[in-house]
Amino acid sequence: MQISNGYTVHLLEGLYCYLRRLLFKVLCVGEVPNHIAFIMDGNRRFAKKNNLAEGEGHKAGFSALLSILRYCYELGVKYVTVYAFSIDNFRRKPKDVQSLMELMRQKIEELLQQESIINEYGVRLHFIGNISMLSEPVRVAVDKAMRVTAHNNHRVLFICVAYTSRDEMVHAVYQSCKQKWSHLNGEEPSKVVKNGVFENKVEKHSVPPPSSCSLIELVDVERNMYMAVAPDPDILIRTSGEARLSNFLLWQAGTCPLYAPSSLWPEIGLRHLVLAVLNFQKYHHYLENKKEKKKHKNF
Amino acid sequence: MDLKYPARKLSRSVLTMGNVGLQLLWYFLHILLSIWHSILAIRCFIESCFITCGVLEKYKSLNIAKLRYLAIVIESEDAHQTSKVVKLLQWLDSIGVKNVCLYDMNGVLKKSKEAIFGKLKNAKPIEEVNEAVTLHVPEHMTLEFVSYADGKEAMVKAANFIFVENLKRQNFGGEIDGQVISEPLLNEALKVVGCKGPEPDLLLVYGPVRSHLGFPAWRIRYTEIVHMGSLNFLRYGSLIKAIYDFTKVHQNYGT
Repeated sequence: MQISNGYTVHLLEGLYCYLRRLLFKVLCVGEVPNHIAFIMDGNRRFAKKNNLAEGEGHKAGFSALLSILRYCYELGVKYVTVYAFSIDNFRRKPKDVQSLMELMRQKIEELLQQESIINEYGVRLHFIGNISMLSEPVRVAVDKAMRVTAHNNHRVLFICVAYTSRDEMVHAVYQSCKQKWSHLNGEEPSKVVKNGVFENKVEKHSVPPPSSCSLIELVDVERNMYMAVAPDPDILIRTSGEARLSNFLLWQAGTCPLYAPSSLWPEIGLRHLVLAVLNFQKYHHYLENKKEKKKHKNF
Repeated sequence: MDLKYPARKLSRSVLTMGNVGLQLLWYFLHILLSIWHSILAIRCFIESCFITCGVLEKYKSLNIAKLRYLAIVIESEDAHQTSKVVKLLQWLDSIGVKNVCLYDMNGVLKKSKEAIFGKLKNAKPIEEVNEAVTLHVPEHMTLEFVSYADGKEAMVKAANFIFVENLKRQNFGGEIDGQVISEPLLNEALKVVGCKGPEPDLLLVYGPVRSHLGFPAWRIRYTEIVHMGSLNFLRYGSLIKAIYDFTKVHQNYGT
């Protein structure tokens, strides 16, 4: 009896997998988004709603992440970005921050295991944010994950940790100023201290007088954004029905449809992704038109 | 007898039929999506009518104090309809929302500034308002006009301002030491280059898609972004509902 039940479950899983791939083949008739970004909101509310212990919501959230990644990669999405930990989250209780850091370290190790989705789909991991703010064990795990997956080139997963858009913009402006300074001084850019401090005791070469002409250009700032390694997102999905971006990809999401399903992050499923992609396809030409106008005109 | 040619022809036919089948299914999914959107639009329309007629009690009193600064993003092709924009602003004035930022990507609203001020009796541009706009309760409306150039290009201007300030210090014989580019510093630099407006609490998008269309990124960290549909289907009830729903939102700000 148990064997036949197991066989039925296996058969149903196989059928579900087949139907899912068929659905993705249908979606591929239209434009497939190249880059989808997720704000994984609702883990704590999920734990509370289901009377789970603290931290269990985030573990359920991680399982949901793996499912969504699988769906995205099966569909043909090359870049996926997830908002895992904001700089604002450091203001939570130290005990909560500590347990999240530990969970992050564990899950990074899990992702690097042989049978994980990362190896199955040849995913390169990029950690985006002010990494120096993370605890030492997490930084070590982050460095290892980026090093070990550096050779993967089929798909990319950007994990935003210790990230906010404003911090990213401040960093980009700082880097642009520093590079322009080095250029004007005829110096090679030297090692940067990652807290935005200009180098002390710059040698006094004769630099041109300050003028009102533009020294730093938009390409300089954009090149120095943390997310310059990826194209702008095509869809941004935030779960839990919240209608704000919470300091995530503000610079990059100008012409990107924002989709906010009311489900909590651990409850996110295939139907949400399919709806988001169908919406994207419906308005794709309109938004591409906006992107083109942005490039060619100065308003 | 060569059987490969008919077999190849058959497999090509099967493939073509398969592709046609997939295309039909794709169109079918999009038809279902359009039907679903139509149902939602009808529901919104009916709800808007009920709100306008005062049938729904809960929308009669709004806690407007929570909405200190409102931004409105309008699709540039619709922004030429100045009369609709003025109607929207008059509704906001009557509700008690006095501080409004108007944005469209192409700067059409900036060009229509005079026409808009001409039709509103008690509105002033933000440049003429000295105090921090969100701190006082004005009797007049304060309007800010913003376009795409006030976003990324303004950030570049601020970067150049910071850079040039540091160059000057160097030329005056001082060394550049301990100068930190921080959020407050960049915020001040943005104000110097002309981006004076505060962060909106709520951003209403009048266009086909829920997207902020390049609204200055620095200013929308925690802004609630709500899609209102096209400006052609402007409805008072929908505006009330959007503001009411905003007043019920609770934000943790990451904590």
